[in-house]
Amino acid sequence: MAQTPLLKVEDLHVYYGSIHAIKGVSFEVSEGEIVTLIGANGAGKSSTLNTISGLLKPKSGSVEFEGQSIVGVPAHKIVSRGMALCPEGRRVFLQMTVQENLEMGGFSRPAGEIADSIADVYDRFPRLKERYKQVAGTLSGGEQQMLAMGRALMSKPKLLMLDEPSMGLAPILVDQIFEIIKELHAAGTTILLVEQNAQVALSIADHAYVLETGTISMSGNAQELLADDRVRKAYLGG
Amino acid sequence: MSFLSNLINGISLGSVYAIIALGYTMVYGIAKMLNFAHGDVIMVGAYICYCAMSYLNLPPVVGVLMAMVVCTLLGMLIERLAYKPLRSAPSLAVLITAIGVSYFLQNAALLIWKSDPKVFTSVVNLPALKLFDGELVISSVAIVTVLACVVIMVALTLFTGKTKMGKSMRAVSEDKGAAQLMGIDVNRTISLTFAIGSGLAAVAGVLLCSAYPTLMPTTGSMPGIKAFTAAVFGGIGSIPGAMLGGILLGIIEIFSKAYISTQFSDAIVFGVLIVVLLIKPTGLLGKKISEKV
Repeated sequence: MAQTPLLKVEDLHVYYGSIHAIKGVSFEVSEGEIVTLIGANGAGKSSTLNTISGLLKPKSGSVEFEGQSIVGVPAHKIVSRGMALCPEGRRVFLQMTVQENLEMGGFSRPAGEIADSIADVYDRFPRLKERYKQVAGTLSGGEQQMLAMGRALMSKPKLLMLDEPSMGLAPILVDQIFEIIKELHAAGTTILLVEQNAQVALSIADHAYVLETGTISMSGNAQELLADDRVRKAYLGG
Repeated sequence: MSFLSNLINGISLGSVYAIIALGYTMVYGIAKMLNFAHGDVIMVGAYICYCAMSYLNLPPVVGVLMAMVVCTLLGMLIERLAYKPLRSAPSLAVLITAIGVSYFLQNAALLIWKSDPKVFTSVVNLPALKLFDGELVISSVAIVTVLACVVIMVALTLFTGKTKMGKSMRAVSEDKGAAQLMGIDVNRTISLTFAIGSGLAAVAGVLLCSAYPTLMPTTGSMPGIKAFTAAVFGGIGSIPGAMLGGILLGIIEIFSKAYISTQFSDAIVFGVLIVVLLIKPTGLLGKKISEKV
């Protein structure tokens, strides 16, 4: 397993103004894995993902993708390296149609390949196909999450980063979304999953890291963490 | 007949406002800032066309094209030098900068072209259209202005609706962060928006001075403010709104001048704006901003 990891984050420090949000976070994602970062609200999970994808600039530390440093690479150039972030709160373009949202997802790819990729996304999310002409703002929360994921997949990422895909969804939809994550993983996409819903996240992940106020407090095999007393107490309600 | 002729003049003046308003509204939609220097770009465009025609004896079409090229570059330069460094600054700082750029352009024009008004020769040298045995005369400039406005409107609608660049502009206007995650270069998109808006400002300047031939360094400021009003009137950020707002404003202005009072026409125009905003704060076609969490 242990060649160069696909993504390697080392001693990352991020500030929001004077607030030290990320205090020396290190972790790795190897190709073919599902890795999850769990933790409470405000632990720094989203900040970590936003820093990896270039939306936030770290104060210090390194982020390497396929062995190359990507610190300082502008956000719009990160996606073509093979990394896509499906952001917290979905952030689909509400005034654009489903189809246009997907086209935007493929912005960095040659025009000739877009149609095929859109067809792939529609195969995976038939619901989106039914609504391809609809403006994204009229979709339900679950459909918007599917659209956000489909949009991220349009760039054919090697690493798909998902930020709270279960947020605000009914339990049945959460199950559905996680089924899809498992399918994507089975199809060969490496996944970095950030979740507050630790139970579901741990149940599908290989490795897990627990973030607490900007530092990693625990890490290890996801199944072991799921059984760990401290994790159960803090995140799984006993 | 005078009613019809006033209506046509109103639509024609309104078309100029509409073209200027498009620049305001597009820049606002993408960069979320009010570019108060936009009116002065119009003035620069008119001067460039004037110089090309009067000093270099170039044909009007070349003059218009030169004005468009110069204004497009000017718009991108202004954005790069004045606004880009303020991307994360408070909006008040950007607003004050825009007013500063406006004064800078006016005074630069004063230095280059002096304060004496220039008489602008119309770029449209066609005979006027006479209808109803000569009772209704429509100037060729009015016709060209309205046509230009329609063409620009259709072209922009197609551009933002059908092309990759146009769609990416809409994406940036909705959510800059998400647009970056898609691989869209936000800075380039903003620059492109300024380029388009300023190129259109050149067209507006030339058409405005063809209809009202006095050209001075302050020529752009009042139409600029009116067009800004038109953009707000129609719903700022909305392209059809800018069009509708511009044309309505032009009609209201000409009708007030014709039937109520020449002196009060501007007061009436702004009065209507206030009433509309009281009733519908987002403007006629403005979208209600709803945020889903």
